[in-house]
Amino acid sequence: MLAIVDYGVGNLFSLKSSLKRLGIDALVTGDEKELRRAERIILPGVGAFEDAAKKLRQSGLDVLLKEEAAAGKPLMGICLGMQLLFEKSYEYGEHPGLGLLPGTVKPIAPMIGEGLKVPHIGWNGLIFPEGKKKSPLFRELDEGECVYFVHSYAAVDCEEAVTAKAEYGALLTAAAGKGNVMGTQFHPEKSGDTGLRILKAFAEL
Amino acid sequence: MITKRIIPCLDVRDGRVVKGTNFLGLRDVSSPVELAAYYSACGADELVFYDITASSDGRKLFTDILTEVASTVFIPLTVGGGINGVEDFDRVLKCGADKVSVNSGALKNPQLIREAAMKYGDQCVVLSIDAKRVDGSFRVFAKGGRENTGLDLIEWVKKGVSLGAGEVVLNSIDTDGVKGGFDIPMLEAVCESVNVPVIASGGAGNEAHFIELFQKIPKVDAGLAASIFHFGEVKIPDLKQKLAANGITMRMTKEQTC
Repeated sequence: MLAIVDYGVGNLFSLKSSLKRLGIDALVTGDEKELRRAERIILPGVGAFEDAAKKLRQSGLDVLLKEEAAAGKPLMGICLGMQLLFEKSYEYGEHPGLGLLPGTVKPIAPMIGEGLKVPHIGWNGLIFPEGKKKSPLFRELDEGECVYFVHSYAAVDCEEAVTAKAEYGALLTAAAGKGNVMGTQFHPEKSGDTGLRILKAFAEL
Repeated sequence: MITKRIIPCLDVRDGRVVKGTNFLGLRDVSSPVELAAYYSACGADELVFYDITASSDGRKLFTDILTEVASTVFIPLTVGGGINGVEDFDRVLKCGADKVSVNSGALKNPQLIREAAMKYGDQCVVLSIDAKRVDGSFRVFAKGGRENTGLDLIEWVKKGVSLGAGEVVLNSIDTDGVKGGFDIPMLEAVCESVNVPVIASGGAGNEAHFIELFQKIPKVDAGLAASIFHFGEVKIPDLKQKLAANGITMRMTKEQTC
């Protein structure tokens, strides 16, 4: 069973629908018992880091996610959900994340230089880092396939965990992972067939 | 590299797509659900649904259909038409829309842009503008292009973006329906004045018009059209291939099935 963490952040309609298209009846839940019982967990998220991190802490789900990840359960963060997996974020201040992936989250504006728009919105091609094994999430993907991004912050100082980048004035972290913990900065549930293949790969881990 | 987007626009009235279509192989050419799936399979980068229903029954039908589209098509969906308050944003976002476009509603109450941007984020608010030349300057029109607001286009677009619009759709009334190409001077003026994505609308008649658009205005992000796609005069896979061959970055999909 696949569970999508419901902690009051973002619209889960598309994510649930895209999994359903793959024949996966995902459970959207914030219930501790159900999340512990699930075989794999997706942590979604849209909005502000501080607010989302606070909601995870208040519901005790931060501890749960760390324990389940430590026990080897596949955990995938999407967009803000992925950013939450890192050590900390500098979005309006400095806020601790779950620390499951090494690195921090910073605004993209100073990285990409002038003339480019923020947020980075639209379809962009994935670049796989050289000399690294392909992430199991991208098992069925070719390099250069486009996925849909909407973000103003990105993970940095996370070289060892990066599994894909996207070129937007700079090479931005598009996906990261370490063992059973992984995430995508982009939205697979809005990335057409390419996105469905990523979700399918996660569901079959 | 971020890709340029090709966006078909579907006008929906009482749950049906208006403006005839002549696709072969579709059981029901005026079904928004079938058309959305078709366009998605063709490689459309985003879909815009415009609700031109006047009745509340029609509006309910629209949200039901939107829900169905959003549960079968997994590319970004923008919804416009009849958006006059934050509650309208809420209504369509709950049904699976990703972005909401405002036009007359924002002209009546510009603060709607700010309220919606604060609640749902800038990326969610699309400012749609109908504009036309009047005595040599670009003016904003309301009510589907019927009413001259007297507002200067550039002032309005700057104001809209400063209030929180995360994207702009510019429809030139001067070129709309003529199929003589996009309104390059008007689009250039808008692209130079704001730093959010600009979507060009009005005037596309063939593939060359899209090539001209992206080559002449490197800053423009997307080209939107309706009837030329619905009538099959321009086929999206062919169009994207032509654009790519002309050096314009496109999202090419593996599994085009149209």
